[in-house]
Amino acid sequence: MYQLDWSSIPGALPFLWQGMKISLEITLVAIAAGIFWGTILALMRLSPVRALSLLATGYVSLFRSIPLVMVLLWFFLVVPTLLRDVLGLSHATDLRLASAMVGFALFEAAYYSEIMRAGIQSVSRGQAQAALALGMRPLQAMWLVVLPQAFRNMLPLLLTQAIILFQDTSLVYVSALADFFGAAYKVGDRDGRLVEMLLFAGAVYFVICSAASFAVRRFQRRLAA
Amino acid sequence: MGPLDFHVFLQPVPTGETTYLGWLLQGLRTTVLLSACAWAVALVLGSLLGVFRTVPSRALRAIAGAYVEVFRNVPLLVQLFIWYFVVPEIVPGGERFKQIDPWLQQFLASMFCLGLFTAARVCEQVRAGIESLARGQRNAALALGLTLPQTYRHVLLPMAGRIIVPPLTSETLNVFKNSAVCSTIGLLELTAQGRQLVDYTARAYESFLAVTVLYLLLNAAVLLIMRKVEARTRVPGYLGSGR
Amino acid sequence: MISIRDVHKSYGTVEVLSGCSTEVKKGEVIVVCGPSGSGKSTLIKCVNGLEPIQSGEIVVDGISVAARRTNLPKLRARVGMVFQHFDLFPHLKVIDNLTLAQRKVLGRREEEARARAFSLLDRVGLREHAHKHPGELSGGQQQRVAIARSLALDPICMLFDEPTSALDPEMINEVLDVMVALARDGMTMIVVTHEMGFARRVAHRIVFMDRGKIVEDAPTADFFAAPKTDRARQFLSKILQH
Repeated sequence: MYQLDWSSIPGALPFLWQGMKISLEITLVAIAAGIFWGTILALMRLSPVRALSLLATGYVSLFRSIPLVMVLLWFFLVVPTLLRDVLGLSHATDLRLASAMVGFALFEAAYYSEIMRAGIQSVSRGQAQAALALGMRPLQAMWLVVLPQAFRNMLPLLLTQAIILFQDTSLVYVSALADFFGAAYKVGDRDGRLVEMLLFAGAVYFVICSAASFAVRRFQRRLAA
Repeated sequence: MGPLDFHVFLQPVPTGETTYLGWLLQGLRTTVLLSACAWAVALVLGSLLGVFRTVPSRALRAIAGAYVEVFRNVPLLVQLFIWYFVVPEIVPGGERFKQIDPWLQQFLASMFCLGLFTAARVCEQVRAGIESLARGQRNAALALGLTLPQTYRHVLLPMAGRIIVPPLTSETLNVFKNSAVCSTIGLLELTAQGRQLVDYTARAYESFLAVTVLYLLLNAAVLLIMRKVEARTRVPGYLGSGR
Repeated sequence: MISIRDVHKSYGTVEVLSGCSTEVKKGEVIVVCGPSGSGKSTLIKCVNGLEPIQSGEIVVDGISVAARRTNLPKLRARVGMVFQHFDLFPHLKVIDNLTLAQRKVLGRREEEARARAFSLLDRVGLREHAHKHPGELSGGQQQRVAIARSLALDPICMLFDEPTSALDPEMINEVLDVMVALARDGMTMIVVTHEMGFARRVAHRIVFMDRGKIVEDAPTADFFAAPKTDRARQFLSKILQH
């Protein structure tokens, strides 16, 4: 019978914290960039210009049809070469973190754009018309009147998506980048205590994510009340 | 990066028994088999848990609620590693598992991981479907003298099942996409075969392009099948649960 | 046949039924009326145990509804119930709506169940719709199917929970006609409804409820001629203004 031994965890905590910082960094950058780019995509999809809406539709359905792992592999392959060519960086520069951020941001944007599109459609047409009647230009009406309301309506969904995104950052494992999960795996592998480290990592993710979803649910109830 | 050259797929692999294209197709077959098996596990377990979440018994509701909470709040990759590396170590009988064919070990771990993970999501859809029927359907069935199990079997589940076909379509697509995560434990499904191709041929763009296109085709095929299912399960005159 | 004795029921701290008592004899038709939220629907849902009660007793044909040993499905099969929103099973054809409980609850064979179903569809005038789904019928037609669905189990009494209040006005009469015919055939019925014309025509007694209490319980003629309480008088005058 296997004897559990947790002794390698305390010493590894600083290294794990470094990893957690990378996970959180990727998450935050991807949320910010993803919501920004996703909102633009949503506006393009709803725009009367056919070319724009087709382009956005194509982008969203492409990214939603491919596994995230595959998207990440693409970005680890393509982005470094591209950045080196453009910025003239040396081959020694480690671009895995940047690639991960770009990959997650572009991938998540496809999901955020669907949420924002539903949010924009949830705001009644009367709101936009009222803004236009006050003399606003269409983009002003969108930016000042419709988007703030759409964002508020969709906030719980955007936050839930952020929790999923945080969990998904563990997939940077495929590039051997030491995020929280990667760090835990490396420590477990080095000390021959993979079982304990994996269980520990699972528990940490569980505590963070269930606390966050609990907070989102409470927040959602407050919004509804 | 040079011009794309797809002739590489027709070259034989080092062991000679097939071409690189053959490897890709083997990967595709594993992806389809794995996803289908995992989906079956998810559908059966998820429906059962979804029913649990709506029955009067407090204990059953709590069990299903805890299940969903755990499986939704741990990343799929971590779950997969726990199934593959941890469970055989700490569960009695794990030694026997480690002696079976490595491919089968990877496949079984992947199948249960993906199936149990997806079951939590199916559970929530089934619950939402049953709840959308309101109390009316349940009361009407009970008032006719049907027992609670009969009410679920003949009234609530058939209708909830039809209502949740559209959301289940996206869960089906998710199973296929999530199966790519299983490449991390060495299961040679589509993504893993793609990476192996890069290692052997150094043709990264061609390999990834081919894999991506295969995923897109798979996606389209699943959508097509689910549209058929949707059309067949549509109830004449029923406009959703409006009240 | 149905006796309701000092029934109390509450949701949390809100008491919805407080000390309701009444008797229904075989062949009697009782109309229960009162303002919305007075507990009428809750009361009849207690009669077949769809809503549990906290204290008091309800006895149907000698069987206590709330008793632990009572086989509720068996009892419910003998007490028909028709709902405000029809609640036909949308995924089943009309004919299958009528045969499901006959087969699964009474254990009737398929042919027997279908024969009974068709004779009842004849009775409510919907034989030609037997192979449609409920969603393809009008509200009035759906409610007539729902009545037939209950009758298919040969119940000893029928409960109606506002059977016409979700219907468009032009469909109300087709449903009431079926109910009147049923009453004339001697069916024991408890009907929660605002249709006072129906009450006058077929009810033997009127039970008037307000805020969880049975305020009046009188023969139909007496109730309409001289309601004893102010609340009942107010209620009757409001109904007229509808």
